[in-house]
Amino acid sequence: MAMSIIWLMLLLLATLTGLLTGSTQAVGAAALSGAQSAVTLVFSMAGAICLWSALAKLMDASGLMQKLTRLLRPALRRLFPDAAGDERTMGFLCANLSANLLGLGNAATPMGINAVRRMQAVSGTAEATDDMCLLIVMNSASVQLIPSTVAALRASLGAASAFDILPAVWLASSVSVTSGILAARLLRRWWRR
Amino acid sequence: MTDLLIPLLLIFVSVYALHKKQDVYAPLVTGAQDGLRLLFSIAPALIVLLTAVSMLRASGFFERMSQFLAPVCSFVGIPPELVPLMLIRPFSGSAALAVGAELMREHGVNSLVGRTAAVMLGSSETTFYTIGVYFGAAGVKKTRYTVPAAVVADLTGFFMAALSVRLFF
Repeated sequence: MAMSIIWLMLLLLATLTGLLTGSTQAVGAAALSGAQSAVTLVFSMAGAICLWSALAKLMDASGLMQKLTRLLRPALRRLFPDAAGDERTMGFLCANLSANLLGLGNAATPMGINAVRRMQAVSGTAEATDDMCLLIVMNSASVQLIPSTVAALRASLGAASAFDILPAVWLASSVSVTSGILAARLLRRWWRR
Repeated sequence: MTDLLIPLLLIFVSVYALHKKQDVYAPLVTGAQDGLRLLFSIAPALIVLLTAVSMLRASGFFERMSQFLAPVCSFVGIPPELVPLMLIRPFSGSAALAVGAELMREHGVNSLVGRTAAVMLGSSETTFYTIGVYFGAAGVKKTRYTVPAAVVADLTGFFMAALSVRLFF
């Protein structure tokens, strides 16, 4: 439903602005060329996205991801004190974060949902616990080490070194995740249950 | 340095897998197949959304919007061209990718605007979608402070994206 509203808003805004600025002809032409450019875009990103998925699969199959999961455990125990007592929640949490770091969104989401479900079963209320809030804040602020889709997009548009944005991405996402965690910790005091 | 990152990563993961006596080639091929599946799953949404985003760009909406919000943006050091991207990013991943692609095409992939768009895309998530999926799946009704804390993280991320691009390039 939300997407239907976004879609209609985009169309209405385009048409109204087109009428106001007198660029209705360009708007009409852009409808067809936009669809075409999406197809071109998908094909030009295809190679990079497939290569990254291949590498991610190999990381998983070789046990590299499980290794990362074990490394993350001590840090996550401190961040999620309530969940630390429950082995199954901790397992889901670690798997969620390591899949996120490696850019395996498809693997991260089910693990994160399992973690939230497990926390809900343990707490037994319909209200979010502090651990749930923190987990979702961390998932909604990206912690990806290699933003492969964006790099693929940059490469498809002719960037010579598509990955030169990496240091900037790491700085931006680590500061944003940290600020999310700090905000959650601060807000916790006012949102007493 | 970042040029060598990908070749070295490929070598490292392959050597690690061989060292663990794991097949290297077969997982790579299945993984590439997953990639194709992923691509086919995002392509339809991208085609539909880029139609609307291209229309919006052709109408001159982005320029108007940027002009309107330019004072606020330049105050915090974010190029005003990125306003549409920041507005759509928390709601739809594919729409944000479409807007980002338009920005990179129009201003150039290595321009300040193009690079900041890429860093914003790479360092943020579809916040409201994530919140909806996680709490929906667990049947949690009261989300307490999740939304404000996530929005703080997003705004910090956008600000830091602009700052770090200026810093590194």
